[in-house]
Amino acid sequence: MNAIDSLRDMITRNMRQSGIMVAFVAIVAFFAILNPNFLSPTNLTNIVLQYSYILILAIGMLMIIVAGHIDLSVGSVVALTGAVSAVLVIRNGMPWWVGVLAAIAVGLLVGAWQGFWVAYVGIPGFIVTLAGMLLFRGLTYLVLNNASLSPFGGNYYDVANGFLNGLLGGYGVDVFTLVIFGIAVVGYGVSQWRTRRGKIAYQQTVESLPLFVVKLVIVAAVVMWFGYQLASSRGLPLVLIILAALVIIYGLVTQRSVFGRHVYAVGGNRHAAELSGVKVKKVYFWIFVNMGFLASVAGVVYSSRMNGAQPSAGNMFELDAIAACFIGGASTTGGVGRVGGAMIGGLIMAVMSNGMQLMGVPQSMQQVVKGLVLLLAVAFDIWNKRRASVVR
Amino acid sequence: MSTILEMRSITKEFPGVKALSNVNLTVERGEIHAICGENGAGKSTLMKVLSGVYPHGSYDGEIVFDGETARFGSINDSEARGIVIIHQELALVPYLSVAENIFLGNEVKGRAGLVDWNKANAEAAKLLARVGLDENPVTPVGALGVGKQQLIEIAKALSKEVRLLILDEPTAALNDNDSEHLLDLLRHLKGQGITCIIISHKLNEVADIADRTTIIRDGQTIETLDMSDPASTQDRIIRGMVGRDLEHRYPERTSVIGDEVLRVEDWTVYHPTQADRKIIDNASFNVRAGEVVGIAGLMGAGRTELAMSIFGRSYGRNISGHLYKDGKEIKLGSVSDAIRHGIAYATEDRKGYGLNLIDDVRRNISLAGLGNLAPRGWVNGNEELRVADEYRGSLNIKTPTVMSVVGQLSGGNQQKVVLSKWLYTDPDVLIVDEPTRGIDVGAKYEIYTIINKMVAAGKAVVVISSELPELLGICDRVYTLAFGRITGQLPVSEATQENLMELMTIERDQPLPTKDYVS
Repeated sequence: MNAIDSLRDMITRNMRQSGIMVAFVAIVAFFAILNPNFLSPTNLTNIVLQYSYILILAIGMLMIIVAGHIDLSVGSVVALTGAVSAVLVIRNGMPWWVGVLAAIAVGLLVGAWQGFWVAYVGIPGFIVTLAGMLLFRGLTYLVLNNASLSPFGGNYYDVANGFLNGLLGGYGVDVFTLVIFGIAVVGYGVSQWRTRRGKIAYQQTVESLPLFVVKLVIVAAVVMWFGYQLASSRGLPLVLIILAALVIIYGLVTQRSVFGRHVYAVGGNRHAAELSGVKVKKVYFWIFVNMGFLASVAGVVYSSRMNGAQPSAGNMFELDAIAACFIGGASTTGGVGRVGGAMIGGLIMAVMSNGMQLMGVPQSMQQVVKGLVLLLAVAFDIWNKRRASVVR
Repeated sequence: MSTILEMRSITKEFPGVKALSNVNLTVERGEIHAICGENGAGKSTLMKVLSGVYPHGSYDGEIVFDGETARFGSINDSEARGIVIIHQELALVPYLSVAENIFLGNEVKGRAGLVDWNKANAEAAKLLARVGLDENPVTPVGALGVGKQQLIEIAKALSKEVRLLILDEPTAALNDNDSEHLLDLLRHLKGQGITCIIISHKLNEVADIADRTTIIRDGQTIETLDMSDPASTQDRIIRGMVGRDLEHRYPERTSVIGDEVLRVEDWTVYHPTQADRKIIDNASFNVRAGEVVGIAGLMGAGRTELAMSIFGRSYGRNISGHLYKDGKEIKLGSVSDAIRHGIAYATEDRKGYGLNLIDDVRRNISLAGLGNLAPRGWVNGNEELRVADEYRGSLNIKTPTVMSVVGQLSGGNQQKVVLSKWLYTDPDVLIVDEPTRGIDVGAKYEIYTIINKMVAAGKAVVVISSELPELLGICDRVYTLAFGRITGQLPVSEATQENLMELMTIERDQPLPTKDYVS
């Protein structure tokens, strides 16, 4: 194998990811040119606050899709967990953290319930969660007695609306935010460097040093610019910290942990995985429990952002989360997909919605455009697969 | 005889690879023409060029069919001219009836453009009679065995007024009876003037049926043999395919046999859904360190079911019996239990049960032994790559890198990936189920060498196979399995194809032979 072959191999392998990255950059550039306010500090902050819960859902959805299932119930679970929390905190005056813990407990129970039917009874996830979608929506109405509850206020409200700023002072920009972003960039650089060293030690091919440095500098510049924009607005949103932590943790779980590997193996070929010692039923069970957990986190974030609970909350969220995964390169037949891809897929949806709102595109047109983007993304994926198979 | 097909200096390039280079193939009208070559030699590519899967313009060279230069833009074009290809993986829809399958895409139209099912069924019945299949055209295809499905594919080809029939490994999945029937049918069709190209790894079959044989190696035509010439022996074909003399088809080995490693006693297994159907009936066998033990049985004898039920109860229910590993009884409730106790099972169905075809070589190799790479639940990716690369080297897996997708490798290399996966779990007993099915001669030799290396290291190997020469070539001892019963065992020195076959065909209620047969 020579260097050109390996480079070609790398590009082919990463086509799904890099193609979607290019699309993302192009969409951002498009809106930035059409609307100067698009990249303003306030608007960037807004995008983060508005779409964080979809991104949180997309993380769990990705693992379900990779395993070869689908979860249609997450919107209803978001509503139910938010409702439980609201009943405890608003109606019964309990402290905010009781609400959060109760929501998470409900999410885990819901996940275990659905996981049980999928894994141990053998009903396809599509059916179980279609039932769940109705079931948990109905329970939400029951819990809330058909009426909205608000406001949370206080600490609960801060989960999705609070900022960390002013801790280190500053002159128009929040120094603390910049410091956190600085730490993140340095951490990223160090981890990339260590990965590179590890690869070299195992005699694997790595990109040339200048290329590596350029890549690092670009990533660092973009991240720091984003951090600076946030710092000059309201500081570091709490919800961004939650989201970043989840992305890092789940990125590791899916790519580096034995459990993550088992999810991909089960999605790629269930029988082969089973005969290789993977406990397929356990994998199915736990990905649904995990989805329940993440749906409850999204439920807390969403109810906090709305400062209350409505019976119809979270309607259609499942479709946004599923779309994010497929735009991000997940395969409809399972076995393929990455958390990073799903995040970019989600961001594409977010940026498009936000950009079109700024431009005053009517709601109807927004739906049309989003639908087309989903279709084109999957079409690109299929075209790409076909191309890859002809190359051989 | 006149020439029906001439393919002249066909060259087909993929980015970075020359799959075919100046290949010439001449097929006479009404002959059975065999194409032999190792996996990856370019046989399938050549057939794809011929049938229009790779359209005209994507290759260099010329195809002359029936006196006219052919420029097929798609598979429909070639079918319109009477060229039909039947792939190794059959293209039938299991839930549709025989007649529906035969006329799929070519429906018998009646009034108002609707399908005339009465006529279709009647036509189908005629076609079934031509291929010698006594089945009702309304039976769903899924209810029939592979052998009959193969015949339905041929009936489908006949419905398209086929003139050149191409069969890719038609008998790979068939038992001896069905294979014989299929070959008879081909001879019969030849009598009706249908020309046939057959791709096969079974050289005795080729010797049996082909009029001429073209050998392809590394994308080039080596020679075309007239099979009526006594010099056209199987050895000659093998020499042409591998480009060297294969002195022995089976590598030499001196057996050093140690203590018993695994013993199976009174093993009985029932069908997973039909609770009263006994699949394995009171089977007992053992295997010792440094020993290769064969299990011979016809299709449906329960070979795979026996192995899989032992391997962590992956098959069947109401399993009873005892397993002893190194003299101590063990209970295996799951595959991971089996792996922990040093038992490995490489399946007969690589694609369906052995590999994650959409994932890369590296992750397929590491899957079963992932625990070794992840002491605290986190996989060491660099170590994983090193391990995969090591197996790529030691088992000679032909792949650009270990990051390549497994689905794109040839059958022999896929099988090596499966074996790598199990070798990495460091098993004491390796059970291999049809380890060389659909694999070319050169790769077979390599697989046998891997088995020999394992036993040389003091491990025990159980080989399940329906190819008796293979068992006689590599085993120390052979058990026979018939209708779920172990019907005998012979040391390889006493075993012949004839006495094994006799033991393999003892029916369910016949008495087992006396003990002196069972040495």
